[in-house]
Amino acid sequence: MDLVLVLVIQVLFAMASLALISVGLAVIFGMMRVINLAHGEFLMLGGYSAIVANQHGINLWIAMLVVAPLVVGAIGVLVERTLIRFLYGRMIDTMLATWGLSLFLIGLITGIFGNTTVGISAPLGGMAIGNYRTSIYGLVVIAITAVLLVAIYLVLRHTRVGLLARGTMQNPNMAAALGLSPPKVYAVTFGVGAALSGLAGALIAPISGVFPTIGIAYIAKAFITVIGGGAAILSGTVTAAALFGAIQEVATYFTTPVFGVVITLAAAIVLIRLLPQGITGRFFKRWL
Amino acid sequence: MTERALLLETMDLGMRFGGVEAVSGVNFRLTEGELRCLIGPNGAGKSTFFKLLTGQLFPTSGKVLYRGRDISGAETHEVARLGIGIKTQVPSVFDGLSVRENIWIAACRGRSTRRANETVDTILSRIAMVGAADRVVGQLAHGQRQWLELGIVLAAEPELILLDEPAAGMTHEEVARTAELIREINRTRSLIVVEHDMQFIRMIASKVTVLDRGRVLVEDSMENILRHPTVRDVYLGKRVAA
Amino acid sequence: MSARTWNVAGLALVGVIGLVAMIGLPQWLELSSLLDVTVYLILAILALSLAVVWGYGGILCFGQSAFFGLGAYAYAIAMFNIGESTIPFVLAIALPAAFAALLGYFMFYGRISDVYLGVITLTVTLILFNAVNSTAGPEYRIGEARLGGFNGIPSIPPLNWPGVPDSALDLNDLFYVSIVLLLAVYFGLRWLLVSRFGRVMVAIRENEQRTGFLGYDARLYKLGTFALGGALAGLAGCLFANWGAFVSPTIFGLGQSAQIIIWVIVGGRGTLIGPVVGCIAIQWLTAYLGSAQLSKASLTQIVGPTVANVLSSTLGIADFSNTNLVLGAVLLAFVLLVPRGVMPTLRDLVRLPFARRRPARDLVPDKAEGTT
Repeated sequence: MDLVLVLVIQVLFAMASLALISVGLAVIFGMMRVINLAHGEFLMLGGYSAIVANQHGINLWIAMLVVAPLVVGAIGVLVERTLIRFLYGRMIDTMLATWGLSLFLIGLITGIFGNTTVGISAPLGGMAIGNYRTSIYGLVVIAITAVLLVAIYLVLRHTRVGLLARGTMQNPNMAAALGLSPPKVYAVTFGVGAALSGLAGALIAPISGVFPTIGIAYIAKAFITVIGGGAAILSGTVTAAALFGAIQEVATYFTTPVFGVVITLAAAIVLIRLLPQGITGRFFKRWL
Repeated sequence: MTERALLLETMDLGMRFGGVEAVSGVNFRLTEGELRCLIGPNGAGKSTFFKLLTGQLFPTSGKVLYRGRDISGAETHEVARLGIGIKTQVPSVFDGLSVRENIWIAACRGRSTRRANETVDTILSRIAMVGAADRVVGQLAHGQRQWLELGIVLAAEPELILLDEPAAGMTHEEVARTAELIREINRTRSLIVVEHDMQFIRMIASKVTVLDRGRVLVEDSMENILRHPTVRDVYLGKRVAA
Repeated sequence: MSARTWNVAGLALVGVIGLVAMIGLPQWLELSSLLDVTVYLILAILALSLAVVWGYGGILCFGQSAFFGLGAYAYAIAMFNIGESTIPFVLAIALPAAFAALLGYFMFYGRISDVYLGVITLTVTLILFNAVNSTAGPEYRIGEARLGGFNGIPSIPPLNWPGVPDSALDLNDLFYVSIVLLLAVYFGLRWLLVSRFGRVMVAIRENEQRTGFLGYDARLYKLGTFALGGALAGLAGCLFANWGAFVSPTIFGLGQSAQIIIWVIVGGRGTLIGPVVGCIAIQWLTAYLGSAQLSKASLTQIVGPTVANVLSSTLGIADFSNTNLVLGAVLLAFVLLVPRGVMPTLRDLVRLPFARRRPARDLVPDKAEGTT
């Protein structure tokens, strides 16, 4: 019984962390059709922001939940204004440019912080479930992810901004039709996506540590979750994260963590082959 | 006129997109050597019908027979190999290649290089583009692109040619030349032509099929079609007066 | 001057440069420099493999390093098991080609769009990287060969002349083999491009739908192109494993894939000589930066003391020799400022005075880029 509970928590954590690291990418992809190959580096920057802020005496929770999203969100707006906006409608060039940005950021951060892992211990310690121990922080990450997803749902469903966002997902000209300048919408969207990535990067930092190339470890997982999920930001991310998270944990249980990831990626490729429009291209079509 | 063999036949052909029936219950027959015009208002299902014939879409009901052989479900290239060529509404050509290369690609499949080169020369003079042979297609004017695409289709030597609005965007003079070319092609090939321009259809004078909301409304000669009251209502309206 | 004359002139120029390099370099250079040149030649073959797949086939492959790595690993593993290099050499080409064909079948017959193609090929290299990286334990072995995980496989035996196991190639020989193979691949691809297959391949890049209307099975042609690219990358991988007598999983890494992409972008999509030039230039640049230790002192010489002080005090940056930083900046600059690459831009500049009409529009693949 205890084992089952621990396993359930592990699977839930795998799903939550997948959703967490993907949701920023999903916002940018769903709203703007931009595939941001520097997404992993946004996560990495979130981790560094939180750790540096914490080192300067800011409370860890504030550093993770406030500072990191703000810093990375600002970087996102900067990137959109100086780079992405010149490449709208040139999807492949956008991928290449963001790949360049990814390398550049890895190089820059290596130059500043060196090629070493910066650690930060996970707060809250652990707790016992029967004979097993589990980290309380893991449970908190699951809870924060759930709250975040619900918050995104509420914003999309019940606010003017959300209505606009849904309209833009359906039809890119919607914003212009409603009298808003598309550049502003794009800059804000990219900033929000980046901020979510920064938050995610900060939240996973205590678990994995942070180093300049950590983004590479996450980029493939985030991509398969977003593309596997399809165009609907929320239901796509949630369903794909649930599916791949479950696959990853089960595969890890029977093999090793590395092969768990390998099997998940392979499963994702098969899924994309079977459902090129993603899960929400076939199911849950009318969802958000 | 003697009884000719049936070339193309659709049986109860239908295509649904979600809740919309773009084509439904179409029974269409074309005999060998025939020139058929297909008309109908926007959204009547003409383009969908062409896509069903060329394997770009697979029908949700019914089937397409070509020379008695079921080709519904065949891929585009398989349909093409059976001898069906298509000129699309927006010219589908190779923009980065020269005029000559465009036609060569069409001419060389299944033929020797020498035959292909001969075909290219023939086609170039037939579509009056010998002088422009080495120009890059992306730089050509719209009318010339239309003609080039016709040349590409001819170079592949299909038995049945589908033309989707071949005269669209052409000057009056070009329209007349195109009509003449189509009549000439019809001496050796069968054609289905989608057009809006009634003048043009009169020039190539043939049997006309009217589609409306995915169904065949009526099928008759041009004169009778023009007199048909329902056709006047749904489609022709003022245009007939012109 | 007609396009044909330019073509012949270009071919002749490449042939002459190739011959001069083949005869001259071993006499002019120390062995260590010759070794540096050899790796440029090997990587140039890798650059050509993506030049044909992406530049002419229009297939967006972000994971060309997968085939490069497979070639290297196939050679190394087969060599430890067989000891004579004929079969390992063939395997190093055939295995990546077969893998590319399999992956290509999966992608092209599934009608997966360009953008997703990029993501899938990228994911595949990451799968290989992760999988091979974790095989450090002694239980991971294929026959006599230990995979070695992140430690890689050291002391890979060199190639020998076919059928003569004792005639191992020394470093001088490897130079000759590499340059001959590079020239053979270059001229072979030039021939391919004027062949029927090559012309149809380019036509598919220009307008896949139209080739279908004309009866060509575009999927099959793309599969062929992709497999050819896999074979060439595998060949480069085999030579690379020979060059260092060592192979490690970083060969599959994202960094390696990014480099190949950058060579092609910098040199120019839709040319063959461009990616070769791009490859050699970028490799030379990164090697130079790696050895130069672009520290604050040298930074001062380049950007002046004020900027250098600001940079190093505010950011704490002490080391600018970092390859990622430079490659990232180069990639960004080219995508934004010189998207066609160096060679096509240069070519137009050279031809301009001779041209009667405006130069032909360049054949950069710029197809419809939908994601749906």
